[in-house]
Amino acid sequence: MPPKAIFAAPGDHHTPPPPETRPLAAFRIEDTVSAPTASRNGVVSALRRHPPALIGVAILAGVTLLALLSPLLFPGDPLAITGEPFLWPFASLAHPLGTDSLGRDILAGVAHGARVSLRIGLSATALGLVLGVAAGALAGYKGGWTDAAISRLIEIFQTVPSFVLLVVLVAITQPSAGTLSAAIAIVTWPTVARLARAEFRSLREKDFVLAARSLGYSHTRIIIHEILPNALPPIVVTASVMVASAILMESALSFMGLGDPNVVSWGSMIGQGREYLRSAWYISALPGLAIMLTVLALNLIGDALNEALNPRKRGGRA
Amino acid sequence: MKRHLPRLARIAGHAGLRALPTAIGIVILGFFLLQQAPGDAVDVLSGESGGLSTEAAAALRHHAGLDQPVLSQLAAYLTGLAHGDLGWSARFNVPVTSLILQRLPGSLLLSGTALVVSVLAGAALGALMAAREGSWADRGLSVAALLFYSLPSFWISLMLIVVFSIHLGWLPSGGSQTIGGPEGGLAGLLDHARYMVLPVTSLSLFYIAIYARLVRVAMIEARAQDYVRTARAKGLSESRILIRHILRNALLPLTTVAGMHLGGMLGGGVVVETVYGWPGLGRLAYESVIGRDFRVLLGILLLSSLLVIVANALVDILQGLLDPRVGVSHAA
Amino acid sequence: MSHPALSIPAFAVPHAITPLLEVQDLQVHFGSKPAVRGISFTVHEGETLALVGESGSGKSMTALSVMGLLPDGGRASGTIRFAGRDTSTLSPAARRALRGGEIGMIFQEPMTSLNPVMTIGAQIVEALRQHQPLSRTAAKARALELIDLVRIPDPKRRFQDYPHQLSGGMRQRVMIAMAVACGPRLLIADEPTTALDVTIQAQVLELLDRLRRDLSMAVLLITHDLGVVGQWADRVAVMYAGRKVEEGDPSALFALPLHPYTQGLLRASPRLDDAQHYTQGPLTEIPGSIASAAGQDGCAFAPRCPQAVAACRAAVPSLRILESGRKVACPLAHQD
Repeated sequence: MPPKAIFAAPGDHHTPPPPETRPLAAFRIEDTVSAPTASRNGVVSALRRHPPALIGVAILAGVTLLALLSPLLFPGDPLAITGEPFLWPFASLAHPLGTDSLGRDILAGVAHGARVSLRIGLSATALGLVLGVAAGALAGYKGGWTDAAISRLIEIFQTVPSFVLLVVLVAITQPSAGTLSAAIAIVTWPTVARLARAEFRSLREKDFVLAARSLGYSHTRIIIHEILPNALPPIVVTASVMVASAILMESALSFMGLGDPNVVSWGSMIGQGREYLRSAWYISALPGLAIMLTVLALNLIGDALNEALNPRKRGGRA
Repeated sequence: MKRHLPRLARIAGHAGLRALPTAIGIVILGFFLLQQAPGDAVDVLSGESGGLSTEAAAALRHHAGLDQPVLSQLAAYLTGLAHGDLGWSARFNVPVTSLILQRLPGSLLLSGTALVVSVLAGAALGALMAAREGSWADRGLSVAALLFYSLPSFWISLMLIVVFSIHLGWLPSGGSQTIGGPEGGLAGLLDHARYMVLPVTSLSLFYIAIYARLVRVAMIEARAQDYVRTARAKGLSESRILIRHILRNALLPLTTVAGMHLGGMLGGGVVVETVYGWPGLGRLAYESVIGRDFRVLLGILLLSSLLVIVANALVDILQGLLDPRVGVSHAA
Repeated sequence: MSHPALSIPAFAVPHAITPLLEVQDLQVHFGSKPAVRGISFTVHEGETLALVGESGSGKSMTALSVMGLLPDGGRASGTIRFAGRDTSTLSPAARRALRGGEIGMIFQEPMTSLNPVMTIGAQIVEALRQHQPLSRTAAKARALELIDLVRIPDPKRRFQDYPHQLSGGMRQRVMIAMAVACGPRLLIADEPTTALDVTIQAQVLELLDRLRRDLSMAVLLITHDLGVVGQWADRVAVMYAGRKVEEGDPSALFALPLHPYTQGLLRASPRLDDAQHYTQGPLTEIPGSIASAAGQDGCAFAPRCPQAVAACRAAVPSLRILESGRKVACPLAHQD
């Protein structure tokens, strides 16, 4: 699964337009800091006006709830055998989604798998964002050879086929939630870095940043307090798609048996069902639906955020 | 055209200049990753042959240069690379280069076909959606695009096998040709094609979804441009306007994006080739992970990166051919 | 130049015969929003009619209606006759034959009106071959002639150029070459010089005027620039909020504007003879804006009119024809 920047983050290959920034006099500088372009209210109301996004939020809330409640709803090890093998869905009240080849409950597996997928999706994205924003901010703000060096590095990481690199990274480490997240972050940070770099490059020339410099603020303060809030909108859009992307990558690794062997994950469930496609295809089908719903929800939210936060793309849809 | 040749040459030169440091960087990254791999080739050999004596292992390490300082190992690695030598595969007991080159055509065939299919189908669907903007067809296809965009390719692969191989029995569920089936000629080609349908579909659906959405937006944007109004004012027919003026401009972003996706296709091939048992680099990557053969794995990483670098350069040149504004100056 | 109509001098065409273009009670709506509210005018063979007004007055929509090129969502009603034929009864193919064949059009934005990925030669050839059975070579030769005709130096070289290699003025010349390629009887020029540098504007207008004479075309010149009108138009019609408020001979109209809106326009224009743009800022001489005309009864200009009386707000003033031939839509206007 490649990083999917095209949909929600057109800035991946085109420099996105800088968010509208109000013309500001130097003495009003504190005002800008507290008022980034897209306020939280703006995002919420934009999501509210966008019915598909509401569906996305609802699905995601459901999956999150399932993940959080899975230890209560399905106590015990989801890898434990709890019934007859090969029970079809809806055949037994005790196992609403049936059982797999060993008699493990599929619903329990899907619920616990949601925990794994969401945890890795979120932690990999968080890590990728931190790495990417830091590198991109540094490159875009500093310019010069720092920029040249970081840009090279971005280019190198964007050239290597990301899933192949991911497989290599996973192969040389012991698979665990931590190493999987780190590996996914390593292959996804360049997308964010590129975006952040473009934003910082254009924003550092803006009046309010020049004003902050003339007031003698430190670079760190300017980067974090002046520029970052204004550079956030396209990064937020990318983040939602990154979570989806990370979930897809983790599931593909687990499917191939390269994931964490100690936990049940959607990908590993699909992989284990593979041998029984002929007689019991539902074992592979059901966790796949869970992946699809979760990723779809994230993409719907990403689309809506893109429309709300990226003024250039507005009106692209009827 | 003649007057634009210098511009194309400049674009090609620029692409080459950009590619070189990237290629070097990737090689160094690869070497660094190889260093991080747990155990070296000798450990693997030792494990497989049921244990080597310490002296024998040390001798082997010395022979393979594994006891040298890191920098001299890097130098040796680079020298080998310059001669097209990626090392020896402990797992398959053949030179890594020949192993990889043997699998390369399979991967290129699969990802190349998938790329062509994705671009054609994506452009056609996107154009259809744009033409019927706001209709039920547009909405239905938009939802379908979003669905396929959200599906993992391995799951699509399995479900296609369930439907088309197991239940309908129309297409084979794996392999690349019928054993003992027709060799060569049209029959052989058709037999081969039958085995490609499902892997290509599994790999393409995701990209078809991306391209359809991309082309839809680009078409809607392009047809609102002033030059389309000019074309109408000339009295051109709608079909001519569509082909000569709207499509030509709307497909420009597609060429950029599709070229950039070759790497994604090669990566996606790892999963799809594994599911279908397709003899390509992807399945080889999987086999070498399982066999802990890091030299092969890194060879694949380097070769597929090289393919991406070549594809990027080709895209730059293609863009220059299609869009006369590219490579003129950054102000334009 | 071997144009069939070349031998007839433009000024000798009698105005009594069927007008080339006759627009009657044209209305254009976008949804329920009116853009043009019933305008009538005629353009005779060989003459230049200037349609003047602020942006938003409906003049561009009027021009696009004549071409049948209203943007999506626009509906036109009323009749548009070209050379005696009602254009609404024409088949789509016949309409296309009209566009680019008998009616040429150039637009305000030369920077974006040409296809960026086609050479200008190819774009001119495309216009030619759409309407004339020319071979590739013949079309290319004719295109080179046209490039020369619009005074672009070194046609052979320019034929191969892409739009981004040309300046705005040159691009507008290319647009003109395409518009006149098939020897149209009417050329619609929608703000042809607005996007150009002041020094280039006069050159382009001069070119248009020369082509009009050489090719004996009529020109419908859409502009907000009164300076342009005085010099190049045979007749001028002033539009406000989708209606024609005054029409007449330019010199007479400028000497004695009768409608209060025309008076305001003239006052706002700094000097008629210099080519400076007054519309680059708002019309400060006339209080209010054209938007205030939306959705009210009576004369659309009444809210901004210094002379408005109660009757102005009661009903839309009808267009009166005065003795001199001047037409004006204001009950208070009198000619003495």
